[in-house]
Amino acid sequence: MPDLETFRAETRAWLEANCPDEMRRPMKGESDAVWGGRKAVFELEAQKTWLDRMAAKGWTVPEWPVAYGGGGLSKAEAKVLREEMGRIKARSPLLSFGIWMLGPALLKYGNEDQKLEHLPKIARGEIRWAQGYSEPNAGSDLAALMTKCEDKGDHYLVNGQKIWTSYADQADWIFVLVRTDFAAKKHEGISFILVDMDQAGVTTKPIKLISGNSPFCETFFDDARAEKKNLVGELNKGWTIAKYLLTHEREMIGGTGAGSGAMRPMGDVAIQQVGLNEHGQLADPVLRTDVARAEIDGLAFLSTLERVTEEAKSGQGVGANSSMLKYYGTELNKRRLELMMDGSGHDGLEWDGDGDVARHWLRTKANSIEGGTSEVQLNIISKRILDLPSA
Amino acid sequence: MAMLLNEEQGMLKDAAKGYLKTSAPISQLRKLRDSESADGFDRKSWKDMAEMGWASVLVPEEHGGVAMGHVAAGVIAEEMGRTLTASPFLATAIMGATALSRFGTEAQKADFLPRLAAGEFLTALAVDETHKHNPSTVTTTAQRSGNGFKLDGRKSFVAEGHVADMLIVSARTAGADGEPDGITLFLVPREAAGVSVERASMIDSRNSAAITLAGVQVDADAVLGEVDGGYTALEAVLDAGRAGLAAEMSGSAQECLVQTLGYLRERKQFGEIIGTYQALQHRAAHLYTEIELGKSIVLKALQTLDMAPDHAAMMVSAAKSKLGQIAQLSAREAIQMHGGIGMTDEYDIGFFIKRVRVAEALYGDANYHTDKFARLRKY
Repeated sequence: MPDLETFRAETRAWLEANCPDEMRRPMKGESDAVWGGRKAVFELEAQKTWLDRMAAKGWTVPEWPVAYGGGGLSKAEAKVLREEMGRIKARSPLLSFGIWMLGPALLKYGNEDQKLEHLPKIARGEIRWAQGYSEPNAGSDLAALMTKCEDKGDHYLVNGQKIWTSYADQADWIFVLVRTDFAAKKHEGISFILVDMDQAGVTTKPIKLISGNSPFCETFFDDARAEKKNLVGELNKGWTIAKYLLTHEREMIGGTGAGSGAMRPMGDVAIQQVGLNEHGQLADPVLRTDVARAEIDGLAFLSTLERVTEEAKSGQGVGANSSMLKYYGTELNKRRLELMMDGSGHDGLEWDGDGDVARHWLRTKANSIEGGTSEVQLNIISKRILDLPSA
Repeated sequence: MAMLLNEEQGMLKDAAKGYLKTSAPISQLRKLRDSESADGFDRKSWKDMAEMGWASVLVPEEHGGVAMGHVAAGVIAEEMGRTLTASPFLATAIMGATALSRFGTEAQKADFLPRLAAGEFLTALAVDETHKHNPSTVTTTAQRSGNGFKLDGRKSFVAEGHVADMLIVSARTAGADGEPDGITLFLVPREAAGVSVERASMIDSRNSAAITLAGVQVDADAVLGEVDGGYTALEAVLDAGRAGLAAEMSGSAQECLVQTLGYLRERKQFGEIIGTYQALQHRAAHLYTEIELGKSIVLKALQTLDMAPDHAAMMVSAAKSKLGQIAQLSAREAIQMHGGIGMTDEYDIGFFIKRVRVAEALYGDANYHTDKFARLRKY
């Protein structure tokens, strides 16, 4: 494929010329990441430069159409771009729920005006999105949600409460699952709506977690307004969009699980933590076995991520297999952090110890809860892949 | 490289599935067992397989092979794992062919490969001497004698040892027990004077033998590869076999799940189909996930053997380790979820736990390969 090789050469040259040196080093943590939005604070000038340059090429969303701020790249070209970024250890220019979750849903279910209005702002990192899904009484049973949305003629009025809204306190807009028909069956009265958070009717309150950090919020809607044009898809047909978006969310959460690129291999971390004995083996023999098993599982998981993505028909997601990836990837990530705690010994037990391992370890406990618990994923695999009967 | 089968490999998979299901299913293994077959495999089926090109899947074209590579060989092994087909495929078509085509002299290749490719010549690797796999533990000796060498020692757990026409034997020509250096590979006719073969009765009803070498005289041209430097070749042959076994175990694990799901969908207790119970659903779903991971790591290992055979050791150990665990999990879960009927000899599912236990142990069990993986990762 000569065209692809030309593209690779051009991409490599462009990245060499345009990726600032500071953006070729690993991120120190979540706080080091660029999420964009109206309230964005760039700790380094290089972060903004890198984002703007990549956005100008459409490469924050390489496979989206050019008209919506994307790069218009084919799957194969996007893979080359990822490989070339990996080669120079380039950071992702923009982390974004808009890119990972809302974007794919709008591309599939949004109308042309919605795509033109919202997608380019996501691509350029101008608007940061939050996800309004779970409620205090609608966790695993998400379709039991009760946030009320009323048609007021020229606008919608939203009342209710969402919970576990990631970084809602820093977000500009929120996509929300709301109940628009209280008489219908629970899956059939739900709509998918976009709400501007810059209004008095929307307030957020961070939730302090066991890690001491507050990545999640409660989000309250008190007579919040949404314009009519911001209903995505048909009224009362929001559950289909919700499920589609969840498969993307699960792929994302699962995918970050297994030591994808950016993370140091567990074995290397363990060598640093406990050292090698006179035979050149990890000084803790049980940890050595556990680490080797987890690394093997990590290889098998990454190979699976690759395989199921390639097996999926081009342009389509991996479907119910996203539940498998989410289940295994998050359980593996939890194991990984348990092993890091094992290896770090007493130092790891201190708050703000080396590498923040304790906070990170505690944070991973949410991996198998957020985006649908491991148990919910196993239910989905049973029903949709294994075709086992429902009770 | 794409993590997908190409068109040719996909067609091979369909052909293998079709043939094995109709002509060499589990009932064939049961029959071989119950009739106490002297060969331990069905010669007619092996002839069919050779005619379909399976015996020559790794033999170069100039020696009469189809040279389709390790991914293709793995496709066949995987399908055989579903039907538990007993055949010389692993010992001859994967390991014998790898040994001869990669490390044989031109004369050795010309002499053996065409017959091997035609399914008329069987080989067996005689490597293990201790109760667990450890290829550098070699006390079998080969001393220079006349124009060649004289071999003395004992090998155990030699797959297809009693039916092979030729044994590939690791023996020490220098160095101390446990050292990789000083090991040499020899091609020894099974009928050679001083070779005695004792067939073992294995839990999987497949072929295995103990072999005693007592003053076995071979010529210098019986050396395969380099004198004293045979360990690299030995590891390469073993890795081809290990990946083949991993593929076979992947097939067995998948088949156990398929049969178990079938049972969960029809068996009723407490007035309900038992597949409606979440306790069983979650076990099945977890098993499915592990099996999907297994399929991926096997394909990765086979692709690495095709693309970069000298750098495949780590991926092969990962695959052999992972599949050893997954296949045993699947076979154990299959029995448990089948309940009492799964414990009966009459029902086929019990054949799987026996075969995967042997396949897992052959050429290094999950523990061995987890340790080897860690050593290759330098920790």
